[in-house]
Amino acid sequence: MGVDIRLPIGFMFTILGLLLTLFGIFTTGDNALYSRSLGINVNLWTGILMLVFGGLMLFYAYRAKKMIKKD
Amino acid sequence: MFDIGWIDYTIMLVYFVFVLGIGWALKRYMKSSSDFLMGGKSIPAWITGLAFISTNLGALEVIGMAASGAKYGMATTHFYWIGAIPAMIFLGLFMMPFYYGSKARSVPEYLKLRFDEKTRGFNAISFAIMTIFSSGISMYALAVLMETILGWNFNVSIVVSAAIVLVYTYLGGLKSAIYNEVLQFFLIVIGFLPLVYLGLKNVGGWENLKLSLQQVALSHGYEAGAWTETWAPMGSPSSNPMGVEWFGIVMGLGFVLSFGYWCTNFLVVQRAMAAGSMSAARKTPLIGAIPKMFIPFLVIVPGMIAISLISDPSSGFSLPPKNGSYDYDKVIPMMLGHYFPTGLLGLGLTALIASFMSGMAGNVTAFNTVWTYDIYQAYIRPGRSDKHYLRVGQLATIFGVLVSIGAAYMAASFNNVMDFLQLIFAFINAPLFATFLLGMFWKRSTGHGAFFGLLSGTTAAAIHHGLTAPAGATALIKGGWLGTIVHTYPSEMAQNFWTAIFAWSVCFVVTIIISLATKRTHSDEDLKGLVYSLTPRVKDDSKHWYERPVVMAVVVGIIATFLTVIFW
Repeated sequence: MGVDIRLPIGFMFTILGLLLTLFGIFTTGDNALYSRSLGINVNLWTGILMLVFGGLMLFYAYRAKKMIKKD
Repeated sequence: MFDIGWIDYTIMLVYFVFVLGIGWALKRYMKSSSDFLMGGKSIPAWITGLAFISTNLGALEVIGMAASGAKYGMATTHFYWIGAIPAMIFLGLFMMPFYYGSKARSVPEYLKLRFDEKTRGFNAISFAIMTIFSSGISMYALAVLMETILGWNFNVSIVVSAAIVLVYTYLGGLKSAIYNEVLQFFLIVIGFLPLVYLGLKNVGGWENLKLSLQQVALSHGYEAGAWTETWAPMGSPSSNPMGVEWFGIVMGLGFVLSFGYWCTNFLVVQRAMAAGSMSAARKTPLIGAIPKMFIPFLVIVPGMIAISLISDPSSGFSLPPKNGSYDYDKVIPMMLGHYFPTGLLGLGLTALIASFMSGMAGNVTAFNTVWTYDIYQAYIRPGRSDKHYLRVGQLATIFGVLVSIGAAYMAASFNNVMDFLQLIFAFINAPLFATFLLGMFWKRSTGHGAFFGLLSGTTAAAIHHGLTAPAGATALIKGGWLGTIVHTYPSEMAQNFWTAIFAWSVCFVVTIIISLATKRTHSDEDLKGLVYSLTPRVKDDSKHWYERPVVMAVVVGIIATFLTVIFW
């Protein structure tokens, strides 16, 4: 019954992941910004991690929906 | 210090939109009181399992565990590997069949079915008051944090957080709270992973962290492993910063407090009771136990890194001072500010805000269920239609949030009142597990036995606390308020553990004596489904052998033992 939780989780992490990844790409080489994170572009890496996680959630939600339709 | 910009606010905004959206999407499924207050008893086990640990992973827990990681080091994992995990296994294997299998809709209602009305009333009323105050304290702590680190107005923070929590719990009830807890769980994990990674990289990896903490331990006069080992320094209270020995840990924390919390507190048990089947309900705490075992690496390790950074003046990291020491509760926010650039900082803060709000929502949804079923339906207006109770549940949600706001302001103006209340709740909670253990496994225990056992356990806790004090305590709230101090404990934590041990033992013994002296009021037939020996064993309907609760419990037990041995 109701809403598949994986959809909102998937969408939220995809949106936030996209936001951070783009911001990370845009700020590449900004040494002042990334000095506190030991010179690592953590926005980019965390963004990519979130995109992968969000994508997985959406994939599983999509697969579950397809299986219900088959039945 | 805090490098915050438009992108951080955008991240927070996206989160708020989703939180409210989930509540709004679930609104049309709220047709009966059971949909609203019990999640319709239809939620899959992996969701209830994550919600089960997530509702406890409120921000106070995150902040408190990081503070303990700084103060006591790796030994803080005792709250997990010897504390929560065995209790969660026990709940899943032995207790869940009674909670889920009986017709009880809440933990107090189980007490009513098993014992009598007065035992339920005592539990329901104290629990209802406790949840409201916990929710208020979360709200207060969130507002203080936002005020100190972001410069937000205290009143605005309170009103905004209360309004958001109210909207999503009012619209979607328990299910909305559970869904948001799962969302929050993933946010905390992804938001804190980079913190642990950067922190460990900065101090030169785990081995170097250990070396630096050994220096810290030696400089405090402890043995070298006091901050980095778990059981090795537990030989005597004087060899570790917790000031507790292994027996206090195993009995006080592991047995009495953890089983009391994880097995009888409706706040967490409610998540398992919302599962879709008996099998899913039993698996809820077992599935939750798997991520739970690894949470120490996310919340305790940052505290240890903070101590290592402080010991090295060139790191440029410090904590604000408090009472001649450091304000350890600031570990997490200060670490976020130290390592996270704008962007990721927004994510870290959003994870923190999310856990504050789900801490509030969890308490509010537990409150409205106990209020509606155990107080309103039981004593005020029995026998009305289900529509009526759905409405009451919704109104209780509004009422609960409003009173929480009051509690938040009370916490802001009289800090001592909150300490006092938390002390009282500790007294009430300490003996509870003895009552449930006897109720579920000894059919001879009676209502009078349970009620007076609880009462004397609570009194024993209060008396023990009044006659003892932790070393160096001056305030009466810390103990010794009965005038004479019979025993001085090396630390406050040792005193808490022993208070719990006393309360539990007194409740256990008194319940047995009074039960034997009073007549049984429930026949064997009445107690079917409520007592272990009178209930047919549940046959698990899992498709595969590896999905059975027993198998999962063994796996969880092996991993927890493995972690314990590695970090011994």
